[in-house]
Amino acid sequence: MKDAAKSNALHFGVLATLLVLFFVLPPYHAGNLSRIMVLAIYAMGFNLVFGYTGLLSLGHAMFFAAGMYGFGLTANLAGWPVVPAFATGIVCAAALAAVVAALALRTAGVSFMIVTLMFAQTAYLVVLYFGEYTRGDEGFVVQKAARMIGEIDLTTDTARFFAAYILFAICFLGLARVIQSRFGRTLVAIRENEERTRMLGYDAQRHKLYAMILSGAVSGVAGAAYAMLFGYVGATFASVQYSIFPLLWVLLGGAGTTIGPLIGVLFMFYLIDFSSSFTNAYMLIAGVALVLLTLFAPHGLAGLVRRKVFAWLP
Amino acid sequence: MEFGPHLMLAALEGAVTAAILALTAMGLSIVFGVMRVVNVAHGEFYMLGAVLAWWVATVLGTHPAIGFVAALIIAPALVGGIAMVADRLVLKRVAYDADRTIVATIGMLYIIQQTTLMTFGPDARPVEPPFNTRLALPWFEWGENGFAMFWPWGLSTTSYKLFVIAAAAVVLVALWLVITRTKAGLLMRATQQDSETAQAFGVPVGRVYSLVFGLGAGLAALGAVLVVPIQQAHYLMGHDPLLLSFIVVIIGGLGSLPGTVIAALLIGMSDGIISVFFSPTLAKIIATLLVALVLVFRPQGLMGRAQT
Repeated sequence: MKDAAKSNALHFGVLATLLVLFFVLPPYHAGNLSRIMVLAIYAMGFNLVFGYTGLLSLGHAMFFAAGMYGFGLTANLAGWPVVPAFATGIVCAAALAAVVAALALRTAGVSFMIVTLMFAQTAYLVVLYFGEYTRGDEGFVVQKAARMIGEIDLTTDTARFFAAYILFAICFLGLARVIQSRFGRTLVAIRENEERTRMLGYDAQRHKLYAMILSGAVSGVAGAAYAMLFGYVGATFASVQYSIFPLLWVLLGGAGTTIGPLIGVLFMFYLIDFSSSFTNAYMLIAGVALVLLTLFAPHGLAGLVRRKVFAWLP
Repeated sequence: MEFGPHLMLAALEGAVTAAILALTAMGLSIVFGVMRVVNVAHGEFYMLGAVLAWWVATVLGTHPAIGFVAALIIAPALVGGIAMVADRLVLKRVAYDADRTIVATIGMLYIIQQTTLMTFGPDARPVEPPFNTRLALPWFEWGENGFAMFWPWGLSTTSYKLFVIAAAAVVLVALWLVITRTKAGLLMRATQQDSETAQAFGVPVGRVYSLVFGLGAGLAALGAVLVVPIQQAHYLMGHDPLLLSFIVVIIGGLGSLPGTVIAALLIGMSDGIISVFFSPTLAKIIATLLVALVLVFRPQGLMGRAQT
C-alpha cells in the first residue's frame, strides 16, 4: 500500500473504532468519549499551529472561549437557534484569531508566546469584566431550546455522541487533508526552516496567518461544540489553564501527527479521571507529565511510534 | 477624604506594590538576561517563598520578629536551592532550549503549585508582621489662614509598609553592587554577553546558570516573604506576580536591569493608583493589552537596546 492509502486506512480505522467503542463501552465511558472527541478537536486546532507550523501559542483558550461565548451568548441572550449560533461562534473565533495573529505574528519565538499569553489574559479579563452577561467565573447554563437541532435533542447521550462524532470526523479528515495539501506542506517547511522557505519564494508570513486563522476557527468549533453538547459556558475555559491543556495533549500524543491530539486527550483524560478519584491536586499529574515529556519524549506517543515502527504515520 | 490625601494614600500603596514587584521582576529579568530562558514557574517560586515564610514562623512560634527574620533568611535560601536542583535536573538536560524550557517550567509551575495544595492546603494563612505601628500622615494645604498642616482621617500607613520599601531598595542596591563590583558578578556578565566565549575562557557556565536560576527564584521568594505580613500566603498567589513580572520585564526591555527597576516603579505605582480610582479588572485589561502591543510594536522594550 502507498503511504497515502495507509494514512487513509488509519484515519477511517480510527473513526470506525470510535463508533464501535460507543456501542461496546459501558455508558459512563461512552459518555466520556463525546467529551474526549470535542477536546480532541481543540487539540487538533492547536496542533495545526504548534505541531505543523512550529508556532508555540500560549493563548489558544481565547479562541476556544470565543467559540464558546459566541455560541452561548447568542443562543441564550438573543435566543438564536443552534445553527446560526454555532456559526457565530466559529466566525467569532476566526475573526479573533485573524486580529491576534496579525499583531502577534510580527514577533517570533519567546515574544510570540508572551504576546499570545497576554492577549488571552486580556480576553479572560474581558469575560470577567462583562460579568453582567457572561456571569464571570460562575458561568451560565445554555438553555435547552438552544440544544435542539430540529427534533433532535442534543442532551441525550446518543445524540450528543453523534453530534460530537460528526464534528470530530469533519475536523479530523479535513485537517488531515489540509496537511497533505500544498498549503500544509508549506507550513511544515516553515517549521523546519523558515528562512529557506521564504527564500524559495513562499510568503511565510501569510501562510502563518492563514494557519492561525484556521487553527482559531477549529478551536472555536470545539468551544461552541462544548457549550452546545455539555450546556455550560464559564470563564474557566478562557483561563491560562485551558491554553496549557492543548499544549499538554499535543505534546503527549505527538506534535505534528494527525492522530496525536486524540491520543493525547484520551490519555490525559483518563489519567486525570483516575487521579482525581484520590486527590484534588490532579493538575500535579499534568505538571509531572509535562516535565517528563520535555525530558524524555519530546515527540510524544505518536512520534515514538512514527520513529520506531511506522515511518509513514501522517 | 479629599482628592489630594486620597491620591497620596494610593501612591503609598502603589510604592509597596512597586517595591515587591521590583524584586520579583528583577529575578525574572536576571534569569532571562543571563540564561536567555523564560521561567514560567517564577510566580510559584514567589508563592513558595510566602508559604515557607509561614512555615518557618509557625515552627519557630516565638516572637513574630524572630520568626520573621528567620523566614527572611531561610525561605529565599530554600527556594533558591529548590530552583537550583530544578535547573540541574530539568533545564540543563533540555540544553536551555527556549521552547522546551517554557514547556518544562509550565510543568514545574503545576508541580510546585499542586504539591503546595496537597501539603499546605487551600486556605490562606497570615504571617504576623515583626512590627506594625500605625503612622498617621499629615497633609499640607494653603487655606484661608495661609499654610496649614492637618491630619486627615484615614490617611495613614504602617511602619511595616515603609520597612518593605526600604528593604527592597537595600536589596536592589546590594544586587547592583554584586553584579558590577564582584567576581561572581563579572562571571555572570561574561556569561550573559557570550556564553560560548565565556566557557572558552574557563567560566563554569553550567554552574553560573544554576546559581543565576537559584538567585532569580530567591529574589522572588524574598519579595514574597516581605509581602506575606500584608497579604496572606495562598497556593494560588503566584499568578498575578508572574504576569506583572512579565509585564515589567517586557516594558523595561528584556534583560535590562535598570529598565526593570524603572518599569517596576511605573507599573507598581500606576497599578496602585489606577486600582484605587478605577475598576481593577478594567485597569488590568488596559495594562495587559498595552503590554502586548508594546511587545508587538517595540519588541526591545521601552528602555532595552535593539536586538540582543
